[in-house]
This record gives sequence, structure tokens and C-alpha cells, in this order.
Amino acid sequence: MKAGSHLSIWFFTGLCLGMNGALIFLRGIYETMYPPVEKVVLYDLHANVWWGAVLLILGVFFSLRFSPARERARSESQSKS
Amino acid sequence: MNLALLVLDTPTLVHLSPVDMVIIVLYFALVLGIGLYLKEQANTGEDFFMAGREMTAWVAGLAFLSANLGSLELMGWAGNSYKYGILAAHWYWIGAIPAMLFLALVMMPFYYVCKTHSVPGYLKLRFGPDSQALSSISFAFMTVLMSGINMYAMAVVMRVVLGWDINFSILVSSVTVAIYVALGGLRSAIFNEVLQFFLIWAGALLIPILGLIEAGGWTGLKAKILANLTEQHVANPGAYTHAWSTLGNFSDNPMGINWVGIVFGLGAVISMGYWTTDFLVVQRVLSAKDLRSAKLAPIIGAAFKMMVPFIVILPGLLGLALLRDPHTGSLLRLVPADLAWSSAGQAQGLHGYDEVLPLMLARYCGPGLLGLGITALIAGFMSGMAGNVSAFTTVWTYDIYGALINKNATDEGKVRMGRWVTVIGVGISIGTAYLVMHAQSIMDYVQALFSFFIAPLFGTVILGMLWKRATKAGGFWGLLAGTLSSIGMYTWGKLDPTAVKYLALSDKAQDQAQNMFRALWCWLICVIVTVVVSLLTKPKTDAELKDLVYGLTPIPKTEHVSIFQSPIFWGVVVAVAFVILQIIFW
Repeated sequence: MKAGSHLSIWFFTGLCLGMNGALIFLRGIYETMYPPVEKVVLYDLHANVWWGAVLLILGVFFSLRFSPARERARSESQSKS
Repeated sequence: MNLALLVLDTPTLVHLSPVDMVIIVLYFALVLGIGLYLKEQANTGEDFFMAGREMTAWVAGLAFLSANLGSLELMGWAGNSYKYGILAAHWYWIGAIPAMLFLALVMMPFYYVCKTHSVPGYLKLRFGPDSQALSSISFAFMTVLMSGINMYAMAVVMRVVLGWDINFSILVSSVTVAIYVALGGLRSAIFNEVLQFFLIWAGALLIPILGLIEAGGWTGLKAKILANLTEQHVANPGAYTHAWSTLGNFSDNPMGINWVGIVFGLGAVISMGYWTTDFLVVQRVLSAKDLRSAKLAPIIGAAFKMMVPFIVILPGLLGLALLRDPHTGSLLRLVPADLAWSSAGQAQGLHGYDEVLPLMLARYCGPGLLGLGITALIAGFMSGMAGNVSAFTTVWTYDIYGALINKNATDEGKVRMGRWVTVIGVGISIGTAYLVMHAQSIMDYVQALFSFFIAPLFGTVILGMLWKRATKAGGFWGLLAGTLSSIGMYTWGKLDPTAVKYLALSDKAQDQAQNMFRALWCWLICVIVTVVVSLLTKPKTDAELKDLVYGLTPIPKTEHVSIFQSPIFWGVVVAVAFVILQIIFW
């Protein structure tokens, strides 16, 4: 969905997932280098690294796929046809 | 007053790191930013209240589901699954899927063709202004109460996890929701609901994944629950992991309910009433850009709804299996909220049922993931609040203000009224949030509300759509009789606890079972009164009922599409998956 001819909701979703994914991934990398004293259950699985990476990839995909530039180009090609 | 003292009023379950705080602050900034961005696109009534009716099936479908993914889903049902076991999943399966499919394939054409702004608006067209007034006032009452529940639940999370003062949490959440809904209207609420849908899955999905790894898969989880409950001398411990096989008798399962209550009370009345006539969710589908999208939206919602137990019910079951006291290593037993919140409970460090999800979150999620999980919870609560507030605003503006107070209101005046009512609705919700604090369990309270208003409304709407002989007087008196009888039965049960053996057919029936049976009875009363009064009064002509009743409504032909774009095809796929799930967890 777009807000009129403006930004798509999927673009906002991508921004949100991408930013959160990047923060979690980087924090996970930091923790692998400097393990915390108090560890959560199943810490050794390093969920923050791989889950952060998954969110980052999803976020980048949504942000690029529904970027304002691509949306503009798409609506222009639709109006021409 | 010192801000730190205002904010931190209890010991915290976890401590947020700077990265967690950044994630939470980013979320609030994004939500407010979306509200500000959309303000310029909410200038007409159609824009503000119906999001311009330009949503795709995916957006409308995710918003349809997400508006219901508030505190009820996240904390209330996780707590109920800890309390009742996998029986709680019925509220996602038989208590949702058939009704969502029925809305998509049977009822949506009527709502869509008559271009109503709201469900009470449909009642006005079908039964006249009296029914509209009755349903809109009861709906407005229910939505502000529900919004308060979401507000309260969010405050509980903040208190349990972060130690924030409950008043401070209510203030922060309510101001944020008021700003973004008042600015962007329904479009803003829907934008945020879609965003929140992804956040909820991103933040909550790790709990069942890591929990199942720790428990040794589904088989290991069942074995651990059985061992733990047996150790605690809980009756029928096996019933906690079977959805249907223990529903033969009230006393065989922890919910104290039988299959009649689940199938007819929940599946046929409460669920049908909620998913097909509760304007909060129907409003999202009405915003779809065309009829095919409007029919596909609830089917998309149903597909995801079937999977929600994975992030809500499973964490509750994992809590039963895995939670232990960090100091003694013994099994941790959660207790009713009023006991956990009492001074004695606080002194002993007890936790309420509704706290199981945050406890599981803290168990597996370190810095970063914890911030995301907390953000997901906040998103769920804000979604619930915003959904109720936006629906309340529409019903107030069109069905109360526009129909009863100022019939000549201009479109511009309605938008202005909508913005103000959003703020007022949030204010009333704050008051109701404090009422909820006295309820033993969030969900029990909510189910009582549903049975008051939703069950009889479903009786009225379904007769109105499918039976052309139903008259104006029949609709009104049926709705009134159903609502009053439900409130009457609830009051009777509260004043005389022995009444349960009449109201729920067994003295062993617990709160949820009573709600199901009460809904069933009041729906029957509504239907019987509507039918009897209709047969005694003069019906409308066929011409007056055009576009409102089955058989008199020409359904627009959908464009020729492939089978994979057909609502019926996907409806069948979802129905088959639903049946398979019931068999697996029988």
C-alpha cells in the first residue's frame, strides 16, 4: 500500500527491521568478542548474531524493493501505460 | 519530583542496556514520524475514517489481524495457556478461523456493497436508527474499555520487566497513540498495525524457537509438562497438551469446559460475533480497495492467525515446562494476578500468569534482542489501543454524533470531530485502565465484555443479512433483549455463585466456560426475540432491502482471475490447514 503517491508502508517496515537487525547483529558480534558475565539461557547459540542478520537482510530487501525512487518509477510507468 | 523515582518504582526483572533503549526509542520515533507524515493525507472523512478505501488485500489483511494482536494476544493468552494449557489455542483456531472465512466469503459482499462506514451504519440501513444507536453506544463503551485493557497490559509489562511506575507507562503509551491516530486517522493506525505485525513476529518468534530447543522439541516439552504438573499434584496433567480429547466432560480439563461450550459458545457465537461484527476488525477490511481485496484480506489474516499460537500459546506451555526459581532451582509456579500483586505476593516475589511471556523473554533474550522483544510487546499493546481508539472515533463520529447530535455535520466538521474524539477516547481509556487492575485475569474480563455486546450483535446482523423477513422492530428488540439478558446472567452469576450450574450446565464450569455459555444463551435469546417480533410486525419491501439482504443484493462480479488469486481457493487452503492442525493436536 502507498499513502497516495508517497512512501509505501513496506518501506517503513524495511527501515524498522533493518535498523533493529543491524543493532542486534552488531551487539551480538560485540558479545562474541566480550562475553557478558551474566548469560541468558542458550547463550552459546548466539541468537542475537543470526537473528539480527536475518532481520537486517529482510529490512534491506524491503527498503530497496519499496524505496521511494523505485515506487516513483513504478507509478510513472503505470501512468504512461 | 525526581524523574528516576517516578519511573522506577519496583525491582526490575531485567535491566535494559543502551542498545535496548535505542531500539525502543527508535520505535516510538518511527511511530510518531509516521503519524506526522500521514497528517497531510487525512483531510477528508473518507481518508481519516476509512483510509481512503485504497488498501491492498495484504495490508488490509495484516491490519485486520494486527488490530487484534494487542495485549490480549501477547500476554493474556500466553498467561491463559500457562493456566489452561493448549486449550487456549482454541481461541486462535476454532475461535477464529471459521469466522474469518465466513466473513470473507459470505458477509463481506454485503458490507462492501452497501458502502457503510461502520457496522452500526449497516444496522441503520437494515433496521433503522434505533438499532444503530443501541449498537453504536454499546460498541463505543466496549472499545474504550478494551483500549484501557491494552493500556493496562502495557503498563504491567513495563512494571514487571523494567520496573517503571504504572502511571508513567500509561501516560507514555496513551500520549503516543493519541498523537498518531489524531494526526493520521485510520490510515495511520493501519500503517502502524502492519509495522507492529512484523515487530511482533521479529521480537517474539525467538522464544518458541529457543524454548523448543531447550525442551527437546514438542515431545520433550510434553514430557516435561507432564512431569512438572504431576510433581505439583495437578489434576489431569495430560490435558494441558491435548486440544480436544479432554473436552468430553467439564471436570476432565483445566478450563472446566466441554466441547459444547467450545464449539457452539466460542466457535459459533463469540468468534462469529467478534470477527464478523466487531467494527474494530471489520473496519480494516472495509478499507480495502475493491471487493476481491476485501474478501482476500480476512483469508490472509486467517492464515497468519493460525500461526499466532506459535508465539503466544507455546511460550505459556514452555513456561509450564521450564520456568524455575533462579534462587532455589525449584519449579516456579505462577499465580493469579491479584495474589501476585498483593503485598504478601510481592514480598515472596510471586509472578502472575500474565507475566509468563516477559519471563520467557528475559530467559532467552540478551541485550538487543531484549529491546526488540520489549518493543514487540509495546507494539502489540499500542496496536490494540490504536485499533480500539480509531474504531471508537469512527462510530462516535458517524453513528452517534452524525446520527443523533448533529445530523448536518459537514465532512470537514466530522474530521475535526474525529481528531478531538481520538484524544477524548484515549482519555477515557486511561480511566478504564485503572478499572482493569481489579480483574483477576485480563482475558476473563475481556470475554465477559464480548458476551455482553458482541454475541447479541452477531445475532442481529446475521439475521439482517440472511433473512429478509427480519423487521426494524425485530432487530431492535432482539438486540436489546440479547444484551440485557447477557448482563443479567453475568450479574446473577456474580451475586449467586451457585447459578453457574444453570448458566453453564455444570457447577464445575470455570470463568471461561461461563462466558462461552452466556454468549450462547444471549445469542439464542436475541435470535428468538428477533424472529418472534419480526413475525408480528410489518416487513420492509424487497426494494427497500436491496443491497442489504442475501438474495436481494446483486454481488458485483469479480474480474477474471487465476485460481491462485481467487478468494475461494485460498479459503479452502486455510480451511484444510485448520482441520489438519486440529488432528495433530487432538
